[in-house]
Amino acid sequence: MTEAIDATGLVKRFGKVTALDGLDLHVRTGEVHGFLGPNGAGKTTTIRILLGLSRHNGGTVSLLGGDPWSEATELHKRLAYVPGDVTLWPALTGGEVIDLLGRLRGGLDTTRKAELLERFQLDPRKKGRTYSKGNRQKVALIAALASDVELLILDEPTSGLDPLMEEVFREVVLEEKKRGDRTVLLSSHILAEVEVLCDRLTIIREGRTVETGTLADMRHLTRTTIQAELAGPPDGLATLAGVHDFQLDHDRVRFDVDTDALEPALRKLVAVGVKSLVSQPPSLEELFLRQYQKDERR
Amino acid sequence: MTGTGRLIRLILRRDRVVLPLWVVLLGLVPAGYVASFEGLFPTEAERIDYAQASAGNAGFVTLYGPLHGSSLGELVAWRAGFQPVLVALCALLMVVRHTRTDEEAGRTELIGAAAVGRHAQLAAALITTCAASVLLGAVVTAAMLGQGLPAAGSLAFGAEMALAGCVFAGVGAVTAQLTSSARGARTIALIVLAAAYVLRVGGDVSALGDGSLAWLSRLSPIGWVQHLFPYGVNDWWPALLALAVTVVTTGVAGLLLTRRDFGGGLLPARLGPASAPAGLGTPLGLAWRLHRGLLLGWVVGFALLGLVFGGVGGSVLDIASENSGLGEIFARLGGSEALVDSYFAGIAGIVGLIAACYAVQATLRLRDEEQTGHAEATLSTAVSRYAWAGAHLFFSLLGPAVVLAVEGVAVALAYPQGDFGEILGGTLVQLPAVWVLAALAVVAFGLLPRLSAVAWAPPALCLLILLVGQTLQLDQWLLDISPFTHTPKLPGGDLSPTPLITLTVVAAALTAVGILGVRRRNIPD
Repeated sequence: MTEAIDATGLVKRFGKVTALDGLDLHVRTGEVHGFLGPNGAGKTTTIRILLGLSRHNGGTVSLLGGDPWSEATELHKRLAYVPGDVTLWPALTGGEVIDLLGRLRGGLDTTRKAELLERFQLDPRKKGRTYSKGNRQKVALIAALASDVELLILDEPTSGLDPLMEEVFREVVLEEKKRGDRTVLLSSHILAEVEVLCDRLTIIREGRTVETGTLADMRHLTRTTIQAELAGPPDGLATLAGVHDFQLDHDRVRFDVDTDALEPALRKLVAVGVKSLVSQPPSLEELFLRQYQKDERR
Repeated sequence: MTGTGRLIRLILRRDRVVLPLWVVLLGLVPAGYVASFEGLFPTEAERIDYAQASAGNAGFVTLYGPLHGSSLGELVAWRAGFQPVLVALCALLMVVRHTRTDEEAGRTELIGAAAVGRHAQLAAALITTCAASVLLGAVVTAAMLGQGLPAAGSLAFGAEMALAGCVFAGVGAVTAQLTSSARGARTIALIVLAAAYVLRVGGDVSALGDGSLAWLSRLSPIGWVQHLFPYGVNDWWPALLALAVTVVTTGVAGLLLTRRDFGGGLLPARLGPASAPAGLGTPLGLAWRLHRGLLLGWVVGFALLGLVFGGVGGSVLDIASENSGLGEIFARLGGSEALVDSYFAGIAGIVGLIAACYAVQATLRLRDEEQTGHAEATLSTAVSRYAWAGAHLFFSLLGPAVVLAVEGVAVALAYPQGDFGEILGGTLVQLPAVWVLAALAVVAFGLLPRLSAVAWAPPALCLLILLVGQTLQLDQWLLDISPFTHTPKLPGGDLSPTPLITLTVVAAALTAVGILGVRRRNIPD
């Protein structure tokens, strides 16, 4: 089995609202897979279907080789989940919740728990109602990471964490990744986090998958920004296929260019004569903004 | 206090359905009593007969309070004697909902950061609740005047209801400052209300006998408002007392508010254990942690209730044995033995209904768990939905058995003249009826999760049938709707197993339907 999560054409309706409209999600065993999309795109709905909490109306889905709805209890022994908005039982302490969730899952590595408590600097003796959002998040993260499971499903796990703790989270996930046998589905809005951690990613919008692949694959789909000071007038450059947002100010030009049109554009510049050149590689932000917006125009 | 006006409008907007519902419903119920009394006892002689028999009936006095006259107005006001408790309940829940519940949920923080005074939210909640109570009183007064009853009495009758609401709005305001959780605030306020009711019952029933403890009901706000005795003496001193307590509690709540941190209570949060005890690792272990406080509270409450009801039994025996005109009436009803039996059987029915409220409350913990996201966390582990729901139902089905047994034992201890087995048995036979109402709550949770609160409708309906069933002489089929109509009336009656088995089977079938619904639906829904 090579796919930990295999969802094809997933459809989920809530009354008249269609939350998922033919979503595809394929996560290979052993990889860290980024799961991205604007708010309301259907990330949490997808995760709830994967956890057997919601039943899908169409399409096929398999999780760790089983049916997430009918085999939920058995499958859950092999996975751990961190919800995006962690709520704790108000009267239970953080330490009690970590132990409880671990035991309900079928076991907890106590040495690992102690180590994670130390690294995330969490006081486990406080009652659930007194924790801040970030600390509630840590409780769920430690409970999940201290369980010896094949699959981690993390729904915006670092929301509310401070930058130091985000860094600890990244280190821990990278360690997990090195082990090679753990699969992680990471839903996130933090692009730097995705860039560092994820092997492949899936971008969804309005319940549909709009892009899936490695980050390198996706960079090809984006544009480089070029600023140059030229020796003469840049004839024909503005109309060249693949050049966008062309601006000319005396001898200075600024334009965006598709990756596959980069070479002809540069030839054109060289032919005119270049006094200075600044090239900005496609940033992740731009990549996501374009993917998020692409659908909007449709 | 800046912004109070706007916050009042916000409360009115949020409560636009619930508020008119209880104000109008509770305001109009007494008008129904007028018609039914006129129909049942058209002549004064009949009313006097009925009043004499009722005034000495400890069961009636327990439920409605003392009766000192036989005019139509006095009978109606007496018959509505349980209503101040209901008004008080609505008022305290409303105040806590608009203060501590909001604060716990974080909404107050949002409002507090705007140009709103520190006391604005508390003031808005209190003003709205007291205004609603006064309006309810005005509805009562207007309805009574409309039925042609005397003005002074109608005014006192309305004031009785309004003041009950105001006093417990104040109580709710104080308890909302004490704990950091809305649930804790509600629990303390409910304990105060229960204590007020028990004190009134103790005092009034004692007054039927030797009167040595009659002063107890003068300690109770519920006692005060009843001691206005509308249409009778129309006594106004208790009204001043109730008003004073409202002012004092309001002041205390305002003072406490300035003495505490936002989000905190006066009782500080302490550190707990760093790791879970051995028992906390299964669905049942978790359910025990979530239900034990509730169970303990109800056990204590039922023990007290049992001691009061058992103690009252002694007074009932005294009255029935007295060689008076009253004694003759009771003799015609079947003698002192039968009277005491029917008292305990009646009490058992009431206690069963209260236990059903516990069962519904415990069952709806499932919905709480779902709405707070705890169910999602639990079900994403290797816990099946059956195990999760089953663990909670273990407490909502067996918890009532425990509290009923405790109540039965407490009654028997406080009334040693009685037959221990019959008294305990009379209480425990209510259990299948309790289970039916609990099972209906499971059905609501499984099939209509968003409307889970309808699970309170069956107990409310049973209460209505219990309160008005006999006065209005309803048809038998209407009385039969309540499962409590079918339980054997012990002591005194026959212990026939058929209704018990039937009720249990119905409850089991309904529970199964509800659980299947839970298995099939989305969580959270």
